[in-house]
Amino acid sequence: MNSTTVIVGASLAGINAARTLRLQGQEGPIIVVDADPERPYDRPPLSKQMLTGEWEPEKILLPAGKEDLGLDFRLGVRAKAVDLSARQITLEGSGGQMETTAFDSLVIASGASARRLPDSAGIAGVHVVRTLADSLALREELDAGPSRVVVVGAGFIGAEVASSCRKRGLDVTLVEAMPLPLERILGAEMGRVCAQVHIENGVDLRLGTGVLQLETETVDGVEKVVGVALTDGTTVAAEVLVVGIGVSLNTEWLEGSGLTLEDGVVCDNTLLAAPGVVAAGDIARYPSARFGRMLRVEHWETAIAGGEAAALRLLAEASGETPAVFDPIPWFWSDQYDRKIQLAGRPMPTDQCVVVHGSTDEFRFVALYGDGDHLTGVLGMNRPRHVVQLRAIFEEGASFSEACERAATL
Amino acid sequence: MRIVVDFDLCESNAVCMGIAPEIFEVRDDDFLYVLDENPPESMRAKMEESVQRCPKQAISIAED
Ligand SMILES: Cc1cc2nc3c(=O)[nH]c(=O)nc-3n(C[C@H](O)[C@H](O)[C@H](O)COP(=O)(O)OP(=O)(O)OC[C@H]3O[C@@H](n4cnc5c(N)ncnc54)[C@H](O)[C@@H]3O)c2cc1C
Ligand code: SF4
Repeated sequence: MNSTTVIVGASLAGINAARTLRLQGQEGPIIVVDADPERPYDRPPLSKQMLTGEWEPEKILLPAGKEDLGLDFRLGVRAKAVDLSARQITLEGSGGQMETTAFDSLVIASGASARRLPDSAGIAGVHVVRTLADSLALREELDAGPSRVVVVGAGFIGAEVASSCRKRGLDVTLVEAMPLPLERILGAEMGRVCAQVHIENGVDLRLGTGVLQLETETVDGVEKVVGVALTDGTTVAAEVLVVGIGVSLNTEWLEGSGLTLEDGVVCDNTLLAAPGVVAAGDIARYPSARFGRMLRVEHWETAIAGGEAAALRLLAEASGETPAVFDPIPWFWSDQYDRKIQLAGRPMPTDQCVVVHGSTDEFRFVALYGDGDHLTGVLGMNRPRHVVQLRAIFEEGASFSEACERAATL
Repeated sequence: MRIVVDFDLCESNAVCMGIAPEIFEVRDDDFLYVLDENPPESMRAKMEESVQRCPKQAISIAED
């Protein structure tokens, strides 16, 4: 393919799309645009080894970003608008200068940004964790040894931030609006187990309560957070507040492009969003035959696999080959304290959930989820081998009861 | 082709075992064992996939 490809987003999905395009024979220019000025880096360590101080930024550079693939990187440059019929993208440089670039094909991999609390802009001591700059700014405040860190949101990122703070010996209050952490992803039974993990690790866990308002003090003209008032009527003193309440998708530059934007960029089952336009990673929504619904997956491995698949999709379009269907079993991990949580699949919170190995009391177990006899998920806590083996059984199309039987033999 | 795992980085999440169980095995002691350090050339694609998919960048391929 001797045409020009523009890739928006030089993170996991974008960089793997670029690498695949180049290695699979695209000879023409590959322009990789990212608003973040940093060299492409990996995000999972931002809430883990980067926060505890175990790792430095050089260690999280993405390997594909270091390879010599002849990519035209435009870092610190933001995509502002795209005209699909004219095949032109408008870019804004870090100095605000605008530029228009022509392309033949486009990869949308602009991912997501951390949601913030309303009215928290400009208040010192309030953090999110999505970018390297976010992680370094939070780490600097943790280095100063704050008397208490309050984490809002007990999802995966909030839980990992709480864990990293406890590893540093800091006092942590974790606030979650839902009655149990991760209930919408793992169901109530496993949500309870996750809550217990926080408690066992010395976290002050406040469930079923939200943030009413931030309490601040202004010293030397700087407004700084000192506490947070919760909807249950209590107040918690906080020198540092970390907000992990989910993400908003980076689709603003696609408004008016004609693409369907519905909680992500809507693609077909090959990640094609329009002729010559593909999407991958956190931003892509695609129909999954395996799960019988549209999926948008915010996992590390899906971003890699999606980036590769999106690139191959463009190459198939150019060569006239039949494109492959994208429908992997979503898989992710989360490291909390000394526990490794892994989930393969996409259970609904109402699915049945059966522990097939180990015990939840020991926080070392494997559980299977099923919608009737339809297997929908494999959850493991400190049981990576079983998760991987059951994921393979899942991949083969095993039913829930079959998977339960085979789990007993592993 | 020789498979080199940096065991200081490896966290035994078994991703590589999911890709190539004939080469990588995480056992009940939670350690990763490399079953064949010199996999046949026919396994190259799977070995490269393992390198790319290891979340810890712990696997590399040495050519000797
Ligand atoms: C702190 C943290 C910890 C995580 N831990 C885990 C984990 O343990 N396990 C797991 O499976 N997953 C984890 N994830 C999720 C995983 O990192 C994401 O799924 C993955 O980063 C998605 O990659 P992406 O390329 O789709 O999007 P992103 O990583 O969001 O990248 C999008 C890129 O696009 C750029 N961009 C956005 N808009 C524009 C624009 N208009 N113009 C130019 N550039 C733009 C952004 O600057 C960004 O670099 C974690 C995520 C975070 C933030
Ligand atoms: S994928 Fe990497 S970290 Fe995981 S077990 Fe294999 S070598 Fe270790």
